[in-house]
Amino acid sequence: MVLNNIEKLLEKYENGETTLQEEQVLKNYFLQGTVAPHLEVYKPMFTYFMVNQQEQFTKDVPLKTTRKFNYKWISVAAVAVLMLGVYFKMASTNNLGTIKDPEMAFKEVSKSLEMISKSLNKGTATVGYLNEIDKGTATLGYLNEIENTTQIIFKSNN
Amino acid sequence: MTQQEFLNTVMPFKDKVYRLAKRLLVSTEEAEDATQEVLLKLWNNKKKIQEYKNVEAFSMTMTKNFCFDKLKSKQAQNLKIVHSNYEEKNLPLQKQVELHDSVSWVSKIIEELPEQQRMVIQLRDIEGYDFNEIADMLDMNNTAVRVSLSRARKTIREKLTNTHNYGIK
Repeated sequence: MVLNNIEKLLEKYENGETTLQEEQVLKNYFLQGTVAPHLEVYKPMFTYFMVNQQEQFTKDVPLKTTRKFNYKWISVAAVAVLMLGVYFKMASTNNLGTIKDPEMAFKEVSKSLEMISKSLNKGTATVGYLNEIDKGTATLGYLNEIENTTQIIFKSNN
Repeated sequence: MTQQEFLNTVMPFKDKVYRLAKRLLVSTEEAEDATQEVLLKLWNNKKKIQEYKNVEAFSMTMTKNFCFDKLKSKQAQNLKIVHSNYEEKNLPLQKQVELHDSVSWVSKIIEELPEQQRMVIQLRDIEGYDFNEIADMLDMNNTAVRVSLSRARKTIREKLTNTHNYGIK
């Protein structure tokens, strides 16, 4: 009787018409041990389903609450830096290094002017070497003489 | 949604996600990666979780799509030869012994089934979902699920009978 029932269920099962409860009945039947010899074929199938049901996912998932970086704060920082820059700029423009005492001022100015003239002289001294070039070109003039003589020689040949 | 709440919603079905991934991708490592990826995607979209009708079905669909993407991607194609090796990484000797066992024949037979039938068998016979849920997860209609389930079951039974009777594949 039970066997008859199981066979019917198996047929329905293969047609995909069994309900979940009926499938559970089948599973229980095949897993309880003694199975009719001609139905032995189904046993590994249900055993496999059973075994696979127990497989578990063991790897853990890194669930980090990564707060997203808020780009608004970048603009705030930029404004702060800008303000600081402007502040320091203002502070430094107040002190230009003005000298109140006229005698001191004259000394300072003459000192710096002297420095300028010294450096300028250094520059002109090196320009003196240009004279050497003039000398060189003067000696080149002798080449003309050679040309003259060669012309004379060629003429006489002609 | 706090981490604890999220874990409470996700924990009950994370193994199902993993098993479905494994059914499709075969190798354990790939399936683990896929599961992790799916769970992380859920976590990153945790604000939207309340809007989903059925988080479990949604995750299963996500897993299915993710695995298909994986299978289609270039990487999977390159690794194809390696794929079957992967699986036997743990306890190869035991596996070899088991090959004579008819239970592992079932796994071999299932691996040979078309992807859709594999998924249906997985969801119905192993996870025990009802037809409506499966249809929802796989974007199929009810009848189509029934048909492919029936085909899969018949194929498994026929092949098992063959090995049983003649001791051949």
